[in-house]
Amino acid sequence: MKEERKIRVLVAKPGLDGHDRGAKVLVLALREAGMEVIYTGRHLMLEQIVACAIQEDVDVIGLSILSGSHLTLAEALIKQMRDKGLSNTPVVLGGVIPQRDIPKLQEMGVKGVFPNGASLLEVSDFIVRCAHEKHNKESSSKKTSRN
Amino acid sequence: MSKPKPSSQSFRDSGLNIDPLYTPEDVKDIDYYRDLGDPGKYPYTRGLFTEGYNKRPWRTLQYAGYGVSENTNARWKFLLSQGQRGLNLAFDLPTQLGYDSDDPRAFGEVGRTGVAIDTLADMETLYEGINVGEISSSFVINATAPIILGMYITVAEKQGVQMDKLAGTLANDMLKEFTARGNYIFPPEPSTKMVVDIIEYCARYLPRMNAVNIGCHMLHCGATQIQTFALMLAATTVYVQESMKRGLTFDQIMPHITFLTNTTMDFISSVASHRAARRLWAKIAREKFGAEDPRSMMMRMGTGVFTLPLVDKQPLNNIARIAIMALAAALSGTQSMHVASYDESYNIPSEEATRISLMIQHILIHETDICATADPLGGSYAIEALTNQVEEAIKEILLDIEKQGGIVEMTKEGVIQRQLAKQAYEEQQAIETGKKVVIGVNKYRIEEERGKYEVQMLEIDPKVTEKQIARLSKVKASRDNEAVRRCLNGLESAAREGQNLIPYIIPAVKSYCSVGEICEVLRQVYGVYEETGTV
Repeated sequence: MKEERKIRVLVAKPGLDGHDRGAKVLVLALREAGMEVIYTGRHLMLEQIVACAIQEDVDVIGLSILSGSHLTLAEALIKQMRDKGLSNTPVVLGGVIPQRDIPKLQEMGVKGVFPNGASLLEVSDFIVRCAHEKHNKESSSKKTSRN
Repeated sequence: MSKPKPSSQSFRDSGLNIDPLYTPEDVKDIDYYRDLGDPGKYPYTRGLFTEGYNKRPWRTLQYAGYGVSENTNARWKFLLSQGQRGLNLAFDLPTQLGYDSDDPRAFGEVGRTGVAIDTLADMETLYEGINVGEISSSFVINATAPIILGMYITVAEKQGVQMDKLAGTLANDMLKEFTARGNYIFPPEPSTKMVVDIIEYCARYLPRMNAVNIGCHMLHCGATQIQTFALMLAATTVYVQESMKRGLTFDQIMPHITFLTNTTMDFISSVASHRAARRLWAKIAREKFGAEDPRSMMMRMGTGVFTLPLVDKQPLNNIARIAIMALAAALSGTQSMHVASYDESYNIPSEEATRISLMIQHILIHETDICATADPLGGSYAIEALTNQVEEAIKEILLDIEKQGGIVEMTKEGVIQRQLAKQAYEEQQAIETGKKVVIGVNKYRIEEERGKYEVQMLEIDPKVTEKQIARLSKVKASRDNEAVRRCLNGLESAAREGQNLIPYIIPAVKSYCSVGEICEVLRQVYGVYEETGTV
């Protein structure tokens, strides 16, 4: 019987923002929920995040941005991911995000936005759902390509 | 009759277990002159100055800075007109992390979390129409503090201000960047070396300049207030010991070190903790370091209110929170206060929110009677018992830090960071389960609130980056680039030889070398720090 592989999540801090409490708290919550979590540390360039996501073969990318530059960074990241063939990898964003920016972020392709006040359970459950969706997509496309 | 026991302890920031009742029994071993002293007398438990706030209240010092230097200049002039007596400057992340505004890494960050400073030209604009010799400037800058200091000195020189008049504070506490705040560039050892370069330069040439403002940011990352004070004192000890290796005496060093603290919603504990830390530092200064000058034993503090309790649900409640914490700061005997704004969890504070925070301080000073007497809570059974308890708890942690190899080692190995992350996680769970009550969030929520109340956010001009890059290009085109090369080469040699960098940064800054150019040289010499194993 094939063992279900653990969900792998990359938690990343792009750009220069140093506030990592939320990111680290999420890392610990996701680990407690049984996921494999890679934390990038601070000051990552978007290229580095994408490279890490590929190298670590993650199911979900979680971004933590508290400096206010989420729109520019999210847009640029999604584009780079597309260019590197990671369009299927869901991106989840947390941090200091005004409500009015959420539709814009979703339009850009961010799967879930969790501003200040989101619960760990909410985020964790969402990540699990995203990961399962991704797995299902991948296995069904494998089936299709085999046929 | 036995003492009432505390009810199941609710989650507290302080790290303290508070008894429901304190009586003379709890303070019977206190000797007033040995353990408390009058305000202004060793061990300074009751405050640093004999007259307390009677003659002169704490300094109001609201943090401000955004966009390009003209915007900050305008905000400063507004605050000065509203009664503020000093300037407190925030910098954008590229400036804090050693990148110019045109660097790809600065993308999306220019002028966002504070003012963008690329070259001396920006600093000159910042102080346009403001006499550097008449006002004290506090710079919230760490990894690039040497550069900002160099610029401050140069602006002063150009204004004809003598170096013995130049007053200000640099944050410049790199150890807390690694354990908490996160705005480091180089690894811990060269970073600490640069902290000490500044201490040495100030001790020798800038009598009115505070070289380091020991930071409490660990509190924001999961540490209790007791742990925070312990880490602060441990960091102070490292900087002092390294400075003494350069031939400075303790009494030459300490007048240049100040402390940035926070009061929390644990009102009683905050007051007790501040008094305890002040007393313990005085004892360490005298007993461990042989301080003779009273100034070296005096833990001069600037205090901010803890911002984590400020929530985005029913945000006007935050005005009550900040007033409560500001009162705690006043009753702790701090020397200056920055009160965070009620819209803090959204953005850089709006003008109205900043004004309200400043007015809270004025209300405390002018409308209440708390300044009429020094250390009004002194002598309270609870306050004195808790002050003792906090002192013992801090001492225990300091001993533990020593046993584990010292704060620098523990920082390099990630021990402190991992512990803080674990505690932050526990606190988050406590909030989500309701064990830690946060009004509006997990108690007395207003479900129909969403969309009903829109906090006004400060809008950053999107053309800021364009303006700043254009200015930088102009400066680079019109400066003497040969002088720039010479200065950068000189700086590199000095860094490789282990010399104090400040005398090499000043000429570099004068020839309009950029922050990015200077830091790139230093990155080549020292390398960059990449955190691992911190969670």
